[in-house]
Amino acid sequence: MKKLLIGNEAVARGLYEGGCRFISSYPGTPSTEITEFAAKNDEIYCEWAPNEKVACEAAFGASLGGVRAACAMKHVGLNVAADPLFTLSYTGVNAGMVICVADDPAMHSSQNEQDSRHYAIAAKVPMLEPADSSEALEFSKRAFLLSEEYDTPVLLRMCTRIAHAQSIVGFSEPLPLPDKKYTKNPEKYIMMPAYAKKRHPFVEKRMNDLRALAETSDFNKEEIHEGAQIGVITSGTAYQYIKEVLGDSASILKIGLVNPLPVERIKNFAKKVKRVIVCEELDGVIETHCRSIGIEVEGKSLFSQIGELSQSSVAASLGIKHQGGYSLDENLPVRPPVMCAGCPHRGMYYTLAKNKVTVIGDIGCYTLGAQAPLCAVDTTLCMGASVSGIHGFNKVQSGEGSGKTVAVIGDSTFIHSGVTGLINISYNNSASTVVILDNSITGMTGHQQNPTTGYNIKGDPATKIDLETLCRAVGINSVRVVDPYDLDECDRVLKEELAKDEPSVIISRRPCVLLKYVKTGDPFVVSGDKCRSCKMCLKLGCPAISMKNGKAHVDPTLCVGCGVCVQLCKFDAIHNSGGSMR
Amino acid sequence: MNGTKNIMIVGVGGQGSLLASKLLGRLLTDEGYDVKVSEVHGMSQRGGSVVTYVRYGSKVYSPIIDMGEADFIVSFEKLEGARYTKYLAENGRIIVNTQEIDPMPVITGAMEYPSEILGKLREMNVNVDAIDALSLAEQAGSAKAVNIVLMGRLARYLSISREKWKEAIAAIVNKKFIEVNEKAFDLGFGYEE
Repeated sequence: MKKLLIGNEAVARGLYEGGCRFISSYPGTPSTEITEFAAKNDEIYCEWAPNEKVACEAAFGASLGGVRAACAMKHVGLNVAADPLFTLSYTGVNAGMVICVADDPAMHSSQNEQDSRHYAIAAKVPMLEPADSSEALEFSKRAFLLSEEYDTPVLLRMCTRIAHAQSIVGFSEPLPLPDKKYTKNPEKYIMMPAYAKKRHPFVEKRMNDLRALAETSDFNKEEIHEGAQIGVITSGTAYQYIKEVLGDSASILKIGLVNPLPVERIKNFAKKVKRVIVCEELDGVIETHCRSIGIEVEGKSLFSQIGELSQSSVAASLGIKHQGGYSLDENLPVRPPVMCAGCPHRGMYYTLAKNKVTVIGDIGCYTLGAQAPLCAVDTTLCMGASVSGIHGFNKVQSGEGSGKTVAVIGDSTFIHSGVTGLINISYNNSASTVVILDNSITGMTGHQQNPTTGYNIKGDPATKIDLETLCRAVGINSVRVVDPYDLDECDRVLKEELAKDEPSVIISRRPCVLLKYVKTGDPFVVSGDKCRSCKMCLKLGCPAISMKNGKAHVDPTLCVGCGVCVQLCKFDAIHNSGGSMR
Repeated sequence: MNGTKNIMIVGVGGQGSLLASKLLGRLLTDEGYDVKVSEVHGMSQRGGSVVTYVRYGSKVYSPIIDMGEADFIVSFEKLEGARYTKYLAENGRIIVNTQEIDPMPVITGAMEYPSEILGKLREMNVNVDAIDALSLAEQAGSAKAVNIVLMGRLARYLSISREKWKEAIAAIVNKKFIEVNEKAFDLGFGYEE
């Protein structure tokens, strides 16, 4: 059967065909759909874990228990899961285990563009990198055999342009399931010094064995064209751009097993051409390897290590003229992503901006509150850093900043790694105020359930973690809940909590307006004769409100009737078009 | 570069370009082409400028379309059409929905929505096909059918029979909406400026 699939769906199919029966993941663009598609297959147990470390360890547990297992995460998620990864390299696996990691060159939806290949090198585990959906399926399937044969977790590296690009794949028969009963084996599975010392030589031997595999494996492929002067060593999406630009005019060594890299194969390839070029996205990993084995190559001197490559950038780097386009000499207004009309975060952000508080931010849709006109966020680092960060900030601000700073964090991010920071606030006592923006879903990645929503990945009812009880349990005495659509309430509670000389939590609670079960209201309209053009309503940064012919105008196709703007209008110019509010 | 045809779909996050690219992907795969469809999920979908690349031919390599390469740009919004015109190949064609959606710099008053966009494109000898897809979609029975109206317009320029298009539409849209979408397709296809 031939189908057009995004890379992530192909990975989900490949994991299934590879006999995977357990997947634990935390959502993160561009990796999320791997687990979402796998969850549609009833033969695979799938779950959303609270974070990537838990997901990776759960997958290890399943492997130990004798079932092929996987976890999926974005590149920064692997930072969170790095702790188990490095020692998993020592224990190895029982049944096969695959860790899918999706990099985001050009940062379409990320805070950095780190190159995950460094993890494979540092943790001494093999890494596969597909170049399209068909390979995504094949590599994820074969990864389990590699994992079991070499007793190692296997990293599968995706990137945005592979994960979210659809190309044609063929399905095939699943592998037979392994017969791997759990048997106690302390020297393999208990990594305390005495045993770990014995495992380290195994890890080094395994890497040598894998290096030998890299010399012959068909994960790496050569395309030799007689008479070609240029030889390109490449991998992943960079391979596609090279083929687009050079076609059959260059010989190619396409690397699918990106760690460990072959030695003799590269040397032999280099002998066949006059000029060896390494084309890879982000860092010069293959290039550095080539130099270390004495092969003279050109790489990052030609191609940028910043952002994504493309056919035009590759062509330009190679001195080949690429077709130009029309240029419209006009300064067009940009269209950055924005918080949606009716977004429950908006009311709280307006309140924070109005009170001129310093906001230690976090990772999620609500990072968008940093943009004009709200400009309500001061810093964003990584998952959970708001709650940990405000503590340090407040500890050193003694007096001045105290009472003027809040941390903001979403419900899913709070469970991911905010709760440990809150324990620190409580235990080491800073009078910090944490605002949990509880929209009852993991929003930015496209509506995944989490431990606070009461549903699991299948949409079945699950234990619902009660945020108020959780916050109180870690020692926060002042826990308040507000409705972010009620600006007066938000303002009053914020002022009260900031004035307190103790840790406090404000839960700003209203479900994401895009959730199917959320009932939206009729759009509001502006009475032109009442509008004084004061532009107060524009301070919300709502995409539904703009000025038309000098008066405020509500776009009826976007407005969901949240009523927040109504509360800001001093002239009662914004009113219901009919029907009930909210 | 190698005989591959390139179609870009551009618009504002949330306008429903996903269904359009799904329709095209299905149709072109059924026609026996090698096909790649590429889009970006996540943050950029929150009301930001969004792009989908559809490429087809005997063998497609790169998943993206670069500047000067698009044979067709189907723009769901006027300003976005202007923004991506630089991706249009010489003698390419841009199909523009005349609907305007204000971006944040316009909403905050920092900038104005550019006027005369279509005129300026025509001055540059760009092949512009402007169409009020929203009105036609409403005429078909649903404002949400803007995407299918625009696909109907695109169909005029591709050598794939209307029957094939309709089969693909019937295969991917909810049964309840097949009639509305077929009507939207016809209105888009037959519309004259």
